[in-house]
Amino acid sequence: MSAMTMSEKILAKHAGREAVNPGENVWVDVDVLMTHDVCGPGTIGVFKKHFGQNAKVWDREKVVIIPDHYIFTHDVMANRNVDVLRQFVKEQDLPYFYDVGTEKYKGVCHIALPEEGHTRPGEILFGTDSHTCTAGAFGEFATGIGNTDAGFVMGTGKLWLKVPPTMRFVFHGNLPPYLMAKDLILAVIGDIGVDGATYRAMEFDGDGVFALNIEERMTLCNMAIEAGGKNGIIPVDDVTRKYVNDRGQRSGNKPYTEYRSDADAQFIFEKVYDVTKLEPVVAKPHSPDNKAFVSEIQGTKLDRAYIGSCTGGKLTDFRAAAKVLQGHTVKIDTFIVPATTEVAKGLDTETVGGKSLRDIFLAAGAQIGDASCAACLGGPSDTFGRLNAPISCISTTNRNFPGRMGHKQAQVFLASPLTVAASAITGVIEDPRNFVA
Amino acid sequence: MQTVIEGKAYVLGDNIDTDQIIPAEYLTYNPAIPAEYKMFGKFALCGVPPDQGGLPKGHVPFHGPDDEFIAPYTIIIGGKNFGCGSSREHAPIALASAGIVAVVAEFYARIFYRNSVNGGYLVPLETETRLCETICTGDQLRIDLTTHELHNLTTGDKWSLRPLGEVAPIIEAGGVFNYAEKVGMLKKA
Repeated sequence: MSAMTMSEKILAKHAGREAVNPGENVWVDVDVLMTHDVCGPGTIGVFKKHFGQNAKVWDREKVVIIPDHYIFTHDVMANRNVDVLRQFVKEQDLPYFYDVGTEKYKGVCHIALPEEGHTRPGEILFGTDSHTCTAGAFGEFATGIGNTDAGFVMGTGKLWLKVPPTMRFVFHGNLPPYLMAKDLILAVIGDIGVDGATYRAMEFDGDGVFALNIEERMTLCNMAIEAGGKNGIIPVDDVTRKYVNDRGQRSGNKPYTEYRSDADAQFIFEKVYDVTKLEPVVAKPHSPDNKAFVSEIQGTKLDRAYIGSCTGGKLTDFRAAAKVLQGHTVKIDTFIVPATTEVAKGLDTETVGGKSLRDIFLAAGAQIGDASCAACLGGPSDTFGRLNAPISCISTTNRNFPGRMGHKQAQVFLASPLTVAASAITGVIEDPRNFVA
Repeated sequence: MQTVIEGKAYVLGDNIDTDQIIPAEYLTYNPAIPAEYKMFGKFALCGVPPDQGGLPKGHVPFHGPDDEFIAPYTIIIGGKNFGCGSSREHAPIALASAGIVAVVAEFYARIFYRNSVNGGYLVPLETETRLCETICTGDQLRIDLTTHELHNLTTGDKWSLRPLGEVAPIIEAGGVFNYAEKVGMLKKA
C-alpha cells in the first residue's frame, strides 16, 4: 500500500477504502454536519425539497446547529432565520442546538464546536461556513460546504469529495513573545497567495506547531481557506488529546481515531519556517495575501481597532491583547468581541497583573460586545463594530476583501491581537515589540 | 443542459470574492423561498468596487437603469480565483438569479465551484488564456459546450475552453441531487 498523508488516510477510511490518491473523487461518510443561522434556512429548504416535508435527518446525533452570525440585531429577517432553525430543531428533535437567548447560547460556531465536544481526531466534519477548516487543529478533516451539499448530507450522511494533494508547512522553534499564530499564517498566505492552496490540504507540522496551545493551532487552521485550502490539519499530540477528552463528555464521549502522515507520504509542496526569525506581519487592504511586516508600514494612520471572531476572539487572543493594553488608554475606537459566551466568562475570570481582562479593556477605553460573529463579516447595519463608513481598521479577523467588514471602501488591515492592541494605543499601525519584550 | 449559451458579457478581474458577489448584509434572505430568491439577483455583484465592475473601463453597473432583478448579461468573465472567500451558496445563486448562465474564469475557488456544480445554478468554465483583459463588458459571446469553444461574436475572436471533465455528468444532470438519483444513489423524493 502506498504511503498516505493524514488527510488522505481520513478520507480513505470514510470512503471504505484501503487507500486513496490525490485527484480521485470519493464518496465519504460524514461524522458531523454543522450549520448556522445564515446558511441553515437554505440548507433546510434544500433538504425538505429533495427528501420531503416530513423527512428526518440521517442521524440526529450528528447534526449540530449553532446560530452565531446575525444575533444581536433588530433585523427582522435575521431574527426570522433563527426561528427557522428553532422550528427545524423541534420537529427533528435535535440534541445539539445552541439557541439564542438561552443558557446554551454559545456564539461563533468554529469555537463552539470544540468547546462543546464536537471536534474529534480522525473524523470528517462538514459545515456551511468556509472557516469550518478551523477544526483541523484537532487532527480531523474539516471543510466548508454550501447549502446544497449540506442538504444532501442531512438526508444521506454522505458527500462526494475530490481527494486533495497535501502541502506541508513545517514550523521550527518557539514563538518569541511578540509573535502569535496569526503572524505565522499571515506569513504563509503572503508567501503562497490567496489561491496558493486551492484544491489542496494544508498540513502544519514541526516543533513550532506543537509548542502552540490548542487555540493558537485553531488560528493556523482557520485561515487555510484564505489561501484557498480545502482543509488545514495538525497531527494529534497530548495537547489535542487533553482538550478533546476534557470536552468530549459534553457530547457523549465518542471514541476517536488518530491518523498521522506516513514518513514517506507524498507532499505536493513543503516549506519550512524558523519562527524565531519572523517579524510581526500585517495583511494590508484588500486581500489576506497582501503581506507586509509591521516594521514596513509602522505609522499608518488608523480609525478603529477590532479584536474578535473565530480566528481572533479566543481567550488566548484576549490574554495577549490585555498584556499590551494593561495600563494604557486606546487612542481610537476599539471593539472587543468574544467568540463565545465561554470566552466572555473568561474575560472576568482570567487575569493579567491581578486585573481581569474585562477590567483592563474597560479601563483602556475599549467597548466590549456580546459573543457572536459581529462585524467580522459586516452583517446588518446595526451590527456591533461594523464599518459603516469608509474608515481604516486594524482587525484580528481573517478576511479583508472589499466590503468584508461593512463599507466597501473601508480599509481593513489584518494582524495579531498583539499588533492590534499596540495599534489601538497609538492610533497608527504599531509594532508590538514596543509593548512586549 | 443547454449546450449553447449566448449573450452579453460582464467582465470582472481577479479574486472576486463572495462578499463582492453578494455582500453579507443580504444573506438574511432565504434562497429556499422564491420571493426571496429573486432578491439575490437584485443585489448580485453590488459589493464590487465601482472602478472594478464592468471592465475594461470599469464603472459599468451590473444592473441597467430599468431592470431590478435580472441583469442584461448572460456570461461573466473573470480572472483568477473566482468566488474565493466564504462558503455561501448565495453567491452562485445571486448570479443565477440575475440571469447569469455561465462564468468563464482562469480558475475558481473550491467551494464556489462545488456550489455552482452541485446546486446546478450555472456552468463554471475555465480557460487557459486570461480573457478578463481581452473581452469587453457588453461583447456578445457564444459558448458551445460540445466543442468547448468560446466565440466573441462582437470581435470574431475564438478561444478554447477546458473540458468540464469529471463534473460534466453532475452539470448535465442539473446538480448533485439529480445526479445521485440518476446513478441510483438516491431514490426520487
